[in-house]
Amino acid sequence: MRFRQARFVEPLVFELSRPGAHGSEFPVLEPELERSLEEALNEIPEELRRRDLGLPELSEPDVIRHFTRLSEMNYSITAGMYPLGSCTMKYNPVLNEEVASSPKVLDVHPLQPEETVQGCLKLLYDLEQLLKKLTGMDRFSFQPSAGAHGEFLGCLIIREYHRSKGRNRKIMIIPDSAHGTNPASAAMAGFEVRVVKSNECGCVDVEELERMVDEDVAGIMLTNPNTLGIFEKDIERIVEIIHGVDGLLYYDGANLNALLGKVRPGDMGFDIIHLNLHKTFSTPHGGGGPGSGPIGVVEKLVDFLPPPLVEYDEESDRYYLDYDRPRSVGRVKMFHGNFSVLVKTYAYLLRMGGDGLRKVAETSVLTSNYLMRKIEKLRGVSLPFDPKRPRKHEFVVSLQPLYKETGVMVIDVAKRLLDYGYHAPTIYFPLIVDEAFMVEPTETESKREIDGFYQALKDVLDEAYRDPERVKNAPYNTAVGRVDEVRASRPKTMIPSWRVYRRMEG
Amino acid sequence: MGREIPYIALTENEVEEMLEEVGIKDVDELYSDIPSKYLLERFDFPPSRSEIEVKKMIEEILSRNRCVGELKLFIGGGAWPHYIPSAVKEIVSRSEFLTSYTPYQPEASQGILQALFEYQSLLAELLEIDVVNASMYDWATALGEAFRMAARVTGRRRILYPHYISPQRREVASTYSSGMGLRLEDYMQLEDGSVDLEDLKSRLDRGVAAVYIEYPSYLGFIAKNIKAVGELAHEVGALFIVGVDPTALGIFEAPGKLGADIVVGEGQPLGLPMSFGGPLLGILGCRLEPRLLHSLPGRLIGMTKTLRGDERAYCMVLQSREQHIKREKATSNICTNQALCAVAVAAYLSLLGKNGFIELGRQILARTSYMVGKLSEISGVRAPLFDAPHFKEFAYRVDRYSSRELLRKLLENGIVGGIDLSREFNELDNSILTCVTEMHSKRDIDEYVGIVKEVVEG
Repeated sequence: MRFRQARFVEPLVFELSRPGAHGSEFPVLEPELERSLEEALNEIPEELRRRDLGLPELSEPDVIRHFTRLSEMNYSITAGMYPLGSCTMKYNPVLNEEVASSPKVLDVHPLQPEETVQGCLKLLYDLEQLLKKLTGMDRFSFQPSAGAHGEFLGCLIIREYHRSKGRNRKIMIIPDSAHGTNPASAAMAGFEVRVVKSNECGCVDVEELERMVDEDVAGIMLTNPNTLGIFEKDIERIVEIIHGVDGLLYYDGANLNALLGKVRPGDMGFDIIHLNLHKTFSTPHGGGGPGSGPIGVVEKLVDFLPPPLVEYDEESDRYYLDYDRPRSVGRVKMFHGNFSVLVKTYAYLLRMGGDGLRKVAETSVLTSNYLMRKIEKLRGVSLPFDPKRPRKHEFVVSLQPLYKETGVMVIDVAKRLLDYGYHAPTIYFPLIVDEAFMVEPTETESKREIDGFYQALKDVLDEAYRDPERVKNAPYNTAVGRVDEVRASRPKTMIPSWRVYRRMEG
Repeated sequence: MGREIPYIALTENEVEEMLEEVGIKDVDELYSDIPSKYLLERFDFPPSRSEIEVKKMIEEILSRNRCVGELKLFIGGGAWPHYIPSAVKEIVSRSEFLTSYTPYQPEASQGILQALFEYQSLLAELLEIDVVNASMYDWATALGEAFRMAARVTGRRRILYPHYISPQRREVASTYSSGMGLRLEDYMQLEDGSVDLEDLKSRLDRGVAAVYIEYPSYLGFIAKNIKAVGELAHEVGALFIVGVDPTALGIFEAPGKLGADIVVGEGQPLGLPMSFGGPLLGILGCRLEPRLLHSLPGRLIGMTKTLRGDERAYCMVLQSREQHIKREKATSNICTNQALCAVAVAAYLSLLGKNGFIELGRQILARTSYMVGKLSEISGVRAPLFDAPHFKEFAYRVDRYSSRELLRKLLENGIVGGIDLSREFNELDNSILTCVTEMHSKRDIDEYVGIVKEVVEG
């Protein structure tokens, strides 16, 4: 046991408040500005004047210490391995942060005249060219801020494509192994979701798919390799079936890491794709965002992308924004997407190059298969779905045998792993595997780290057979012990803010 | 060839050992299940480059930008130039926050969870509304989600929104609403910035899910009869949605006190750089009422306890609303959001605190009022266009001169003068939307006004 997280009992900023303390100051107002202020204040109707403001009062050192202590109670990829399946938690290069922190990125307004933002426009343009080469798509929109946001835009484009052909297609097909965002995004765009089952190989059941597809089907949303880490081997047939009714194929790019420079979604026949720049392209996840989920489309769908697109006029060597997009589905976000995230992505792609990206894919697949072959032999573990087939960048094992033999659940194993200094893998997903344990080591972990994770898991499983209670009550070495998540969400005990807390405490 | 590929951790020996464990000779065997027609033989992509080269390439591209320092930006309209204290930058660049994932394992993620809980709590104080989620992508998407939420809660399909709204924000909200088939209609605003209540009444009936108002408006004015708007909405059982620029709320009454059921807004002014428009931060909150709470999209962090004892702890709550549990029945598809931006806002509000935040409002209000006053002294300029209290932004009109031409003249002098409203609203010909914040010195403002005077008075 070599891990011990900081365990501060850190009060809330409100509890740290010291009346009279201040952490900021402003320029002294000149007399003329002061007079203008008085006039303006007098103009405000009585009932619209702010009476009370419940913000705390702290000094700058108070604030820095508080947040520093909080940060020390937070696991991160910088601190250790983070094998969350389908999340591609790879190392986040610090070069990216440095180039993206330039004032030429941060201190630029999105509505500045075009001639003053040629750098931003060129970067967007050049990044788009790289992503086109990487995916085999014809155009990209950078507006979506996350994978799910891209999915929503993609679904709107699918709807609009069918409308442009004078038909109202209602059904979106989604495999039972899909990420939860897929059905949620399809529903947001107004589709009904029809679920296609996975077969005994863990792939889309093509015969069932054939039976489901009719003239009501707008398209299918697929992740390939899928969330079991298995490549959909019948992809050619799936494309034929969907395109056979003039449906569209949407590619969920969350698992693209395995295919970088090896296989292009466009070549497989996909029509729309989103990329998770905060996964595959190494930009940090920030504890839940900001990310970026640009979507790419094939030629026949370009007209439906939101405005504006970046264009280049060779003659004058000028980049410009084309807002004239009458057939567009409409904007999904203000301005041009999460620009500083795009700068980080661009730095990563330049740095890796084609040779590097291929090696990323191959290495991520190798580390995943290596770890899987070791883990599948452990007591309490089974490998569902065609165990002989190689997996790609991630794999899913079931801890159902462990549960049956010891009563220790996958969540207990996850918590106990935290005690060894590893973030837990994704658990209970995909839903088609009981006691699912989904591991994605990525290409940035060394063999020592991967073997260390394996050893930790082995120790935890051994302990579960020896002393199940010890595992069930884990973790012990984290900032707090096992959190009562049920209490947290129960209507009577739920505390979503300091305001509500104060009221409950009376 | 032969260049070491960055960030890949395995040595050649380690690769060999791993291949052996897997029982293969070449990593390509792991791709053998992929139909060979899809496997690229040649990948057409530029080669890898060193850190030195990449840094230079990007610096060269970015050198084509002109940023704050090279230009004076008097422009807002959805992203605004504000000062960011150094302490905020220090806090959000801590890699423990920066490089963590969504806190699925709360025991190892208490830091980000508490910081996000503090964000929610600080915003709740500022807005005087009980619940604020842990962030949406931006104001516009928060608004789109608020419209959808109002429709779900009321079972109605019509939304009323103000005529003067950012065209981009309106478009995003409309795109979001399209999947549910909502009908968005604008209502009229009068020359004194208040809502035309007669017009509003004529549109209100029991088919209206929500009435939306902005505070301050897109054009920077405050509607003096905002409370009456909320009351009218409530009379027909519609929800009242208020959109805010939070920097105004040290001076102006909180939306929760004005009858808001749902509050949306933009968090960028509270410690986030403009970054050419992203990342921004969408604020979305509501009253603590079950029908609203259970329809609220997005991540929500709650305070709870550990199972074993009395230790305080934090975790994500009400996940049963979210896509990974509810799939197509979820309240929204949102998963990745703008968490780190929310941490920045928490740090910003903690630093400014009660007095600093009120002072921020005074600084902005003073400059707005001063600049409006100075411009109004120029003959041929009507400033402000609306006869109302303004905050941070205001529209002015130039007679006998084109707004486009004026903006060009300002730019020649290193000033981005604002947004040309004649391109956004037919009736606002030759009008400009200008923005002043605590960043602008009196001298900057005088310079701007001087150029307008010179140009307009010829």
